[in-house]
Amino acid sequence: MTLLFESLFNGVAIGSVLLMAALGLAVVFGLMGVINLAHGELIMLGAYTTYVVQNIFKLEALKPCFGAYIFVAVLVAFMVSAIAGLVLERSVIRRLYGRPLATLLATWGVSLILQQFVRTTPMAYASGLWMTLLLGLLMPVLLPQRIRARFRALHLRVAGWALALAGGIGTAAWLSGISRLSRASARNVDVTAPKWMRGGIELGSLNVPVPRLFIICLTVVAVIAIYWFLNRSVWGIRIRAVTQNREISDCLGIPTQTVDALTFGIGSGLAGVAGVAVSLLGSVGPNVGGDYIVGSFMVVVLGGVGKLVGTVVASFGIGLLTDVIGAGRLLEVWPSMPPTCAAVVEFFATTSMAKVLIFALIVAFLQLRPAGLFPRKGRMVEA
Amino acid sequence: MTLTSKRFFGCAATVTASLALLACSGGDMGAGQFDDTVTVGLLHSLSGTMAISETTLVEVEKMAIKEINEAGGITVSGKTYGIDYIEEDGASDWPTFAEKSKKLIDQDGVPVVFGGWTSASRKAMLPVYESKDAFLYYPIQYEGQECSKNIFYTGATPNQQSEPATEYMYKRSPAAGKPFFLVGSDYVFPRTSNTITKAQLRSLGGVVAGEDYLPLGNTEVAPIISKIKKALPDGGVIINTLNGDQNVAFFKQIQSAGITPQNGYYVMSYSIAEVEIDTIGPEYLAGHYAAWNYFMSIDSPASRKFTEDFQAMYGSDRVTNDPMESAYNMVYLWKAAVEKAGSFDDNEVREALIGVEFDAPQGPVKVMPNHHLSQTVRIGVVTDDGQFDIIESTEGPVLPQAWNQFEPTSKGYACDWTDSTKGARYRL
Repeated sequence: MTLLFESLFNGVAIGSVLLMAALGLAVVFGLMGVINLAHGELIMLGAYTTYVVQNIFKLEALKPCFGAYIFVAVLVAFMVSAIAGLVLERSVIRRLYGRPLATLLATWGVSLILQQFVRTTPMAYASGLWMTLLLGLLMPVLLPQRIRARFRALHLRVAGWALALAGGIGTAAWLSGISRLSRASARNVDVTAPKWMRGGIELGSLNVPVPRLFIICLTVVAVIAIYWFLNRSVWGIRIRAVTQNREISDCLGIPTQTVDALTFGIGSGLAGVAGVAVSLLGSVGPNVGGDYIVGSFMVVVLGGVGKLVGTVVASFGIGLLTDVIGAGRLLEVWPSMPPTCAAVVEFFATTSMAKVLIFALIVAFLQLRPAGLFPRKGRMVEA
Repeated sequence: MTLTSKRFFGCAATVTASLALLACSGGDMGAGQFDDTVTVGLLHSLSGTMAISETTLVEVEKMAIKEINEAGGITVSGKTYGIDYIEEDGASDWPTFAEKSKKLIDQDGVPVVFGGWTSASRKAMLPVYESKDAFLYYPIQYEGQECSKNIFYTGATPNQQSEPATEYMYKRSPAAGKPFFLVGSDYVFPRTSNTITKAQLRSLGGVVAGEDYLPLGNTEVAPIISKIKKALPDGGVIINTLNGDQNVAFFKQIQSAGITPQNGYYVMSYSIAEVEIDTIGPEYLAGHYAAWNYFMSIDSPASRKFTEDFQAMYGSDRVTNDPMESAYNMVYLWKAAVEKAGSFDDNEVREALIGVEFDAPQGPVKVMPNHHLSQTVRIGVVTDDGQFDIIESTEGPVLPQAWNQFEPTSKGYACDWTDSTKGARYRL
């Protein structure tokens, strides 16, 4: 029984990391059909955001609330990656809709640019740049109606961006005071979990690491939120309408360009949240995205492109398989199996070989069912 | 081709050439101070995954060169030479290391190359140096089982790092007598190192309860943690040969899973030094072990001076560690060998090198006939402030064994370059 629980928990733990990383891609690739190779780098931005937020919370004034920084980091990381995604959509991807190969190459280029950006830019300046973008984009909403009405649109925009720039420079200057953020470094940085998150909880005979529990909760919240958003909210319904039939949606007055930007922004923001989760498990560096991008695409393809439930099932399936094969669980359940079988199980019970076997199983499965676990049914109009 | 495009390409070519010149013009040495200059090659990864570690070596090598120049350079048969250097980027790509080695030897004609970190890069460079009969100085602790006439190894061999460490953990650590679990990244160094550890434990009477290897780039440690808990239910020793970033994932995840020194699990790592503690965070590592020849916390005048000079040059928050100390030593050992030989000629320097002694930050080191160094071995435990508390150290320098005496294929063999009948591998 303990064995079952342990295996189940490990599977869910591994699966939730996969799912968190793939959720944003399920939206961007699944719903919009954009092959975004910079998805890993959006995760990386989220991880670096955690690092920046953590360092801000080490300041004297905020020290008492250090334990809560991780929640702030989740929100900020969502916003950072969402804005990066919006800028990416507006500047690059919008021009390449319907050209998957061009998108693939362009987003790969973007991923290299982002990697080099975090290597060579001090985090303080990067935060300043982000603050400028955030304020600049929000300015039309932030300014009171009275002021907006009084000025010409062009003047308003210039003034708005100037204000945003001032805010950005202020942020950069403020953060430059933190020595860890004031210098650029190609070296990986470390995110320290708050103290309450470093231990484990005893649940019966099972030891549950708190960071894992946190990631599982984060994943559950994210999945529920995105599910609710897509199925219940007005914009979610518009998003689904546009993915199903762009022309008709356009005719019915849905602003398809805004919908595209929003969808991409939300997908990117979810990648940012995944970055927070990832930073709790490993180190944060320019290459961290590369470790997750293959797994993310694998999960989305296996689950069935365009189906959120497929991504969820595929993640937990792969998570469970990783644990069952990698830790040699079959031998524990059935210790008296024939020696030949035992040898095979033992051979695959190492992390490397488990990975090989899982990839092989996925390839075989996709041979049988090319559309994945949950294929889209019905007529779809290609975007 | 139109005129504009020609002009454009002309411009581009000029810019590229001047950039290349900028990149290559190395040393900041006062001209005219010396009778002549000698140019050496520095070949490490300045970009890619290994850059994090390898750039620190370039920094100390430059520091050693600067110190030597400030102290009057190298004196060879009455003439003084200032040292200049050419920096090349191995780009964390092993064939590039070989290619850049060829360039340094053939095109730049350097008498010596200081370079490399990973065993893979060394294996890629080895044939180049052997075929051109040039000389590479390699500064990293490695798995041994190699003894080239054209490579000089200033890092530890397994008997100067992993063997004393295994013995300490088995006999005298708080987990003495408990079973071992071996964890490593999936490539040549961890696998070879663990083969040696297994053979040694067998001869000591210890138990290896399990082993697993994490593919490079993978940070999911959950299955390994379940295996460790299953194999070592009452605590024990974990020998860790993970590489770089994977250590971060490993230590973060084992701590929250309760695999901690408080619960009787002690990790002995072969690639965690002060720089890595700084990145991972001491709160995850405190109480675990490492074995090296040099620790920053060694309290001797030479060690303090090394660290102070480095911090004066690169920033007061920087730390020094074992690979950096090895890289620093090798520049000085080369200088001593050249002065002893009275020439920059490869063969003469090679002969003169053997027997050269240097008062290194770790204590005295001496070049042995097998092109390795005799060095002191130390075991340290990580403290809360990110340093090592040195709990054991050998009486004096330990002689290096290029061929491992626990591994059946190399047992009974040794290497000696002073005797032409013995060479790389002879039966003891």
